[in-house]
Amino acid sequence: MRRRVLALAQIAPVLGDVAQNLARHEVKIAEGKAAGADLVIFPELSLTGYQLQDLAPEVAMRRTDPRLQALAKVTSGGPSAVVSFVESTDDHRLFAAAALLEAGEVRHVARKCYLPTYGLFDERRFLAAGDAIRATRAALGDSAAGDVGIGIGVCEDFWHPTLPAILAQDGAELLINVAAGPARGASVDADQGLGSAASWGTLLRATAALTTSYVAFTNRVGVDESLIFWGGSRVIGPDGVVIAEAPLFEEALLLAEIDLDEVGRARSALPLLRDERLELTRREFDRIIATRAGLEEA
Amino acid sequence: MSGEGGSAPHDELAIDPEMVAAMCRSFITSHVASTGAERVVLGLSGGIDSALVAYLTAAAIGADRLVAVLMPTAASSASSKADAEAIVSDLGCQSELISIEAPLAALIGNFPAGESVTPLRRGNMAARLRMTTLYDRSALHRGVVIGTGNKSEILIGYSTIYGDAASAFNPIGDLYKTQVRELSRHLGVPTQIIEKAPSADLWPGQTDEGEGGFDYPTLDRVLYRIVDRRLPVEDVIAEGFDRDFVVRVSEMIRRSEFKRQMPPIAKVGGRSSGSDYLYPRRRPKLD
Repeated sequence: MRRRVLALAQIAPVLGDVAQNLARHEVKIAEGKAAGADLVIFPELSLTGYQLQDLAPEVAMRRTDPRLQALAKVTSGGPSAVVSFVESTDDHRLFAAAALLEAGEVRHVARKCYLPTYGLFDERRFLAAGDAIRATRAALGDSAAGDVGIGIGVCEDFWHPTLPAILAQDGAELLINVAAGPARGASVDADQGLGSAASWGTLLRATAALTTSYVAFTNRVGVDESLIFWGGSRVIGPDGVVIAEAPLFEEALLLAEIDLDEVGRARSALPLLRDERLELTRREFDRIIATRAGLEEA
Repeated sequence: MSGEGGSAPHDELAIDPEMVAAMCRSFITSHVASTGAERVVLGLSGGIDSALVAYLTAAAIGADRLVAVLMPTAASSASSKADAEAIVSDLGCQSELISIEAPLAALIGNFPAGESVTPLRRGNMAARLRMTTLYDRSALHRGVVIGTGNKSEILIGYSTIYGDAASAFNPIGDLYKTQVRELSRHLGVPTQIIEKAPSADLWPGQTDEGEGGFDYPTLDRVLYRIVDRRLPVEDVIAEGFDRDFVVRVSEMIRRSEFKRQMPPIAKVGGRSSGSDYLYPRRRPKLD
């Protein structure tokens, strides 16, 4: 068995206050450690808050930033962590990024590829979009039990189903989504009384089922300006069934034990990933791209 | 889902009141914390909107941190004051009774002799004197002024800009009047406040619905279609709503856009407030 305990840190980051948020991360990682967690997962922009606007460059960090390195050190004796920050680069671009911290180091960084810039969202105005979708492998505490294939997406990334699909094809068994999802669409017609919770619930179960992977979704709570973030963090099995779920609108540390061997069994029973036709998909996408560019007849 | 068995029509504006109350509490708590205010200062009229905000605030941060300010004029009805006092007594919050009749009369008395003041101007002045009073009380109490406008009145512009529309933050401004009623019932707002006809209380017998020529349930269903569902006016009419009414609502929305925005600042320099200088309202001091 390849068992791991996940701890989803459903926190309310303080907008723009990196120092205070760093301290909260250390506390939550310690709480996760005390609870036996192998991985503590924080929400999107957990170190900075979400509605940054022109604050984004002021709170941005390189992945070599001493503050991020110091936070990574906290993971040397205990659980690994996924934290999220505004990443700045040598060419002065800013990304919404999520970093995997393990054994005292920053092991992997995923940059948000899909920046919502519509309705209540204005991300593309302030941030650059990532250009890579890569799975990685990590020990997550118990290296004797073999490492774990991990794919990280940031919030909107999972609303583009090619992204988790690519992560799963690239070796992910555990798909992690770090989110800053604002509540909207309050209605008794929606599951849990909230349109955003209902649509995310459907999306996450479908993503787990279609990729036959575990999905761990950490969504923040608290308020930035007009936005009230709804929480409802959850872990879903490779069969699409919810294993554990945090409350709405309250801070929580949600614990869930998973067994990565379940992924192999799910994929034997339902070999969707094996049967995926990557060359077919690429050929048709190439055709559509060429047609849209006027290079090929419709 | 409601409407099981084909009895009650499906209520598209129905909310889960417990969940919406949790959202509003979270909103209030967070904004009070980020402003560093010790108290919330609320203009309590005796109407349902400010009553709901009083109950939400008490639930979020405790009634001991709520200061309710009653600001009647000579035209305000006695029952409004009694209803406001019932809320203060039920919640056990601090309250102040500050009549704005004298400053209103003084202001008007200084206008050129013989000038007649319409009820609309008088009502707007009263709303702005209340705003002035609330912001002063908030300074005294180290508090912050909470807004009480609902989505229906904000959308049709049934409010006074820089008067009742002014606040530090508003927890119910995205709730239609019918949703305000539903949430108020859930939170235990006294029944007589929920059931009485909504009124700006500017003159005896005035009601929103009488003055505006609408009923809130219908208004809300039209607003929901135009605003939330982005339907063209013709599609709303095609659903069976009265053409003149839908057109009138659409016009009220169009003509009141300015009330929902900060005033434009002429862009002259390189980086300008409101255009390309965009920060959250509050941010920590940099190290």
